Amino acid sequence: MDSVPKLPIGEWVERIVEALGQHKGILFDPIAIIISGMVTYFTEVLAAIPSVILILLFGALAWVFGGRSSMFFTLLGLFLIANLGYWDETVETLGLVIASALLSITVGIPAGIACARSDTFTKLVMPLLDLMQTMPAFVYLIPAIFFFGLGEVPGVIASVIFALPPIVRFTNLGIRQVPPELAEAADAFGSSRWQKLMKVQLPLAKTTIMAGVNQCIMLALSMVVIAAMIGAKGLGADVYRAVSQVDIGKGFEAGLSIVIIAIVLDRISQHAKQKERKAL
Amino acid sequence: MPKMTVRQLTKVFGKQPQAALKLLEQGWTKEQIFKETGQSIGVNQISFSVAEGEIFVIMGLSGSGKSTLIRLCNRLIEPTTGSVQIDGEELIGMKPAHLREVRRRKLGMVFQNFALFPQRTVRENIEFGLEIQQVPHGLRQEKAREALALVGLSEWENAFPDQLSGGMRQRVGLARALANNPDILLMDEAFSALDPLIRKDMQDELLELQLTMKKTILFITHDLHEALRLGDRIALMKDGRFIQVGRPEEIMTDPADEFVKKFVEDADLSKVLVAKHVMKRAEAITPDKGARVALQLMMDNGVSSLYIVDKKRTLLGLVTAYDVSLAINTGESLETMMKKDIPSVGPDARLNSLFPLMADLHVPIAVVGEERRLLGVIVKGAVLGGLVGKVNPQQGAEVMPHGFRA
Repeated sequence: MDSVPKLPIGEWVERIVEALGQHKGILFDPIAIIISGMVTYFTEVLAAIPSVILILLFGALAWVFGGRSSMFFTLLGLFLIANLGYWDETVETLGLVIASALLSITVGIPAGIACARSDTFTKLVMPLLDLMQTMPAFVYLIPAIFFFGLGEVPGVIASVIFALPPIVRFTNLGIRQVPPELAEAADAFGSSRWQKLMKVQLPLAKTTIMAGVNQCIMLALSMVVIAAMIGAKGLGADVYRAVSQVDIGKGFEAGLSIVIIAIVLDRISQHAKQKERKAL
Repeated sequence: MPKMTVRQLTKVFGKQPQAALKLLEQGWTKEQIFKETGQSIGVNQISFSVAEGEIFVIMGLSGSGKSTLIRLCNRLIEPTTGSVQIDGEELIGMKPAHLREVRRRKLGMVFQNFALFPQRTVRENIEFGLEIQQVPHGLRQEKAREALALVGLSEWENAFPDQLSGGMRQRVGLARALANNPDILLMDEAFSALDPLIRKDMQDELLELQLTMKKTILFITHDLHEALRLGDRIALMKDGRFIQVGRPEEIMTDPADEFVKKFVEDADLSKVLVAKHVMKRAEAITPDKGARVALQLMMDNGVSSLYIVDKKRTLLGLVTAYDVSLAINTGESLETMMKKDIPSVGPDARLNSLFPLMADLHVPIAVVGEERRLLGVIVKGAVLGGLVGKVNPQQGAEVMPHGFRA
């Protein structure tokens, strides 16, 4: 083994990152502007709504999508967060999560559709998705900071990298699971590919895709603490601060708030599974 | 011109279809080609044509290639080689947009497992084809309702497919195919997933609809009875080839080989054979010949009854030996002595419909054609003979009434 010289993979990556960094302004500034604009927008909209009304709105959503017990949990949980004094941070976290999830969905669903259409594309994309899910977040945070600086933007990028794969996978799976006879029926009646996608495949894959969306939201939320380490605001920042100050009480309160948000978002985004009609 | 013509249609499954095709042209069998190249021949150089308004049934066991064949006809599966023409227009090699147009306007399809869209209501399912053609909403609804009424499911338009029984689901499948008003219906084992009784109802319904619709139908089945009931012509398929193509009674009475013979042995002949296949020459006489001639004729032919016909061979009545001897003794004419109320059937009456008639009668059944012209007679022995495969070789040939010489 020793006779083979070490492959300079690390150097290569460094050189690529440096090369990209020289054109930082053109390549990454537009992305940074879009992402930070999205986060600011969602955070400000949510912050503009009085907390009581926002909590009641979430309660209503939980009732419509999850039923009565989900509604009670949502109301109790969110009022508890407000009572503990973490409401502003919660809103910041929600802004971050919504922006990350939305970006992942916008990229992930078309990518998933492309995978379902082409086996070759799937073979190319799948290892990349594995890489995105298993590569430790800190590793790509370093270049992300290099390109985007500190703050919420690299946080969102990290969240998207982590939360994107399930959307692609579930969309691909959902479309491939559409019974072949139904796809055939669509073809037999003379559908174009677009009509088949919109009228047959996506409606039938909806439940599976929604499971992917649910996963995506959960994973985006799980990144808030890591995002906080590079300067993103929100509940993650409180957890991070509590850890660095060894403040057990504060750490638990902020952690509990994240758990509550996670359960609320989960209940709301899981709805589609119950309203499914079974394929014949 | 036939509505649909298929020539030398072949489908090779595998990665080197051209290699397999070459061997096929050199006369290799399917098994040899599979051994040599690993390519599997799904459909092997099939040719046929279907006339407008005809029901053409393709029958075969599973794995015979029949489902592949029907999918080659609308290119749901891309043929390896061959030709499919509809109204003289070649489908193979047609541009995708043009092919979509043909599928929309000319081809309706009904699937074995219904293939209804679960998230759409019954009406929305039926509207699907029209929606694809971007027919305006109002017109679409109207046409969908018409199609629903055709299959008798009007009150179910807002139900979802999972709320319907199997038979109802396939009615929706049929209505969906009909809503586009296509010329050709491709029916892939359309009734195979249904219970036997429901299946029979659906067959009847299809035949009844066909009386008014006059669609050209390509019907796939593995059920011989279904093929015999529905088919104007039947093709028997095995290993990707047609073994025999013919009218139902031809297949039943004259199987091309052992395979077909085995297939038809299980079939109930009484449902296939009709009166003209088993009828015998009818002994008949015009009334002016008189009672003595009639008696002589009966004795010559060893029969105990005689039909009375006029010069146009129209059936007038029947006299028995007793009637004739009575006429001789009393001097009455044959016309006054004959029984006018005698049983008769058309030449296309199925044998199984004759059983109830035969059970109650002691006289034979007359077979009459248009304007009650006497064609022949059915005696009990002939029906039984027909059931064990002895069929009148002159199949439907007219039988001249005896004693009637023009």
